[in-house]
Amino acid sequence: MTLAPIVSETPETPASYTGLDGSWEARVARVAAIAATHADDVDAAGRFPVEAVDAMRAEGLLGAWIPTTLGGMGAGVEQITSACEAFGQHCASVGMVFAMHQIQVAAIVRHSADSEPMREYLRALADTPRLIASGTSEIGVGGDLRTSKCAVQIDGEARALRKQAPVISYGLEADDLLVTARRADDASASDQVLVLLRRDQCTLTQSSVWQSLGFRGTCSHGFALSARFAPDAILPVPFAVIASETMVPVSHLVWASVWLGISTDAVRRARRAVREDARRQGAATGSPRLAQLVSRLHAMRGMVRDAVRDYASRMDDPDALGTMAYAIRINNLKLEASEALVDIVQLAMRVTGIAGYRLDTAVTLGRALRDSFGAIVMISNDRILAANATLLMASRED
Amino acid sequence: MRERIREILRSHGQIPVEPGELSDDADLYQAGLTSHASVNLMLALEDEFEVEFPESLLLRRTFESVKAIEEALQKIRATSSAT
Repeated sequence: MTLAPIVSETPETPASYTGLDGSWEARVARVAAIAATHADDVDAAGRFPVEAVDAMRAEGLLGAWIPTTLGGMGAGVEQITSACEAFGQHCASVGMVFAMHQIQVAAIVRHSADSEPMREYLRALADTPRLIASGTSEIGVGGDLRTSKCAVQIDGEARALRKQAPVISYGLEADDLLVTARRADDASASDQVLVLLRRDQCTLTQSSVWQSLGFRGTCSHGFALSARFAPDAILPVPFAVIASETMVPVSHLVWASVWLGISTDAVRRARRAVREDARRQGAATGSPRLAQLVSRLHAMRGMVRDAVRDYASRMDDPDALGTMAYAIRINNLKLEASEALVDIVQLAMRVTGIAGYRLDTAVTLGRALRDSFGAIVMISNDRILAANATLLMASRED
Repeated sequence: MRERIREILRSHGQIPVEPGELSDDADLYQAGLTSHASVNLMLALEDEFEVEFPESLLLRRTFESVKAIEEALQKIRATSSAT
């Protein structure tokens, strides 16, 4: 196997966007190209992919999900997930940052019909892109999204909250945060609301540093958060509803799409290794392992895209989203897509052999291997299996 | 029927308040009903009322209040007696 230097196969970053193709695919491709250029540095330094996120702002991708009636692009879940897939092929951290931001936008877009301040926020977001981070994690709740310790406190006319967050991805870089808390001091742990906090309303004190194997550019440091805000910063719908109808399904769809992108890139590298080998040997001997790998990739792609279409077809029907059967199905997407990613990267490693194992080749799989395990441990698959085990006590859908 | 529902809430709802003190419309999730407990609640309701909740009623809304549970049970009974 030749040890080719790491080469960028990406087009040059355009100096200006004016006069360029304004289609969704073209916008996404330009951001993906920038993501690819900086991917190795983002990973090595564990730094935020500022270039790609700036490009997302410039291309209008951050407010894409906002309906046209509020000044946004009115992109659908198919378009958002296709962008996740494209970014995942070049820099998984960029893919995850984009994905997590879109989850937040979706939560506001889909649950703000009754709130003029929220609609006003979306109009402003469509006009001037803002990056939104998620503050749903909390120390002491065992990683359960649907449990909060901290509560919204009444502070005269204002409201306040304090939260110990073990991770807030890109917390330092975000313009705004969406944070879960109990509805009030006397509310139960699962009686939660979602609060939209602007950065200048928050004090973030960093409590830990994100030193991880993969997804290093998400900069998911830990923070102590305290905030003071107006009552209308609280989304008008209980978090239980926002979670089951939007945040959980959208999370699994956008993440699985990023993982599909990582898998696609791993297979591309494996294919390249096989071809280089064949070229060097002067014999076009096919690799059955590569054939198996491509088959796995196609199965994963079918599963992820089918789940996206399924969500798109039911997203306007709360009854179709709120069933236990759907909760099980969307949890299964997370399980199967993350396991497929790890399998595919490992199989790709067998195909590339030492060339993929090395860090200084064009077909290196180091980053993909490290990123892939993040998919399994982030919202641990064991926890999801336990949740489904409970739901299966009730649901009888085959 | 509502008293029987409250009785099951008491034994299977795992909520920190006394169900007798909750109004028929009181939000059970706000009272502390978790999704995990709602599954146990559903199983107990099925035993008590000898019904089977169809997939379409396995929704958060179905278990949000004593009244909502009663309506769901009546709906199931109406459907099963019609067939």
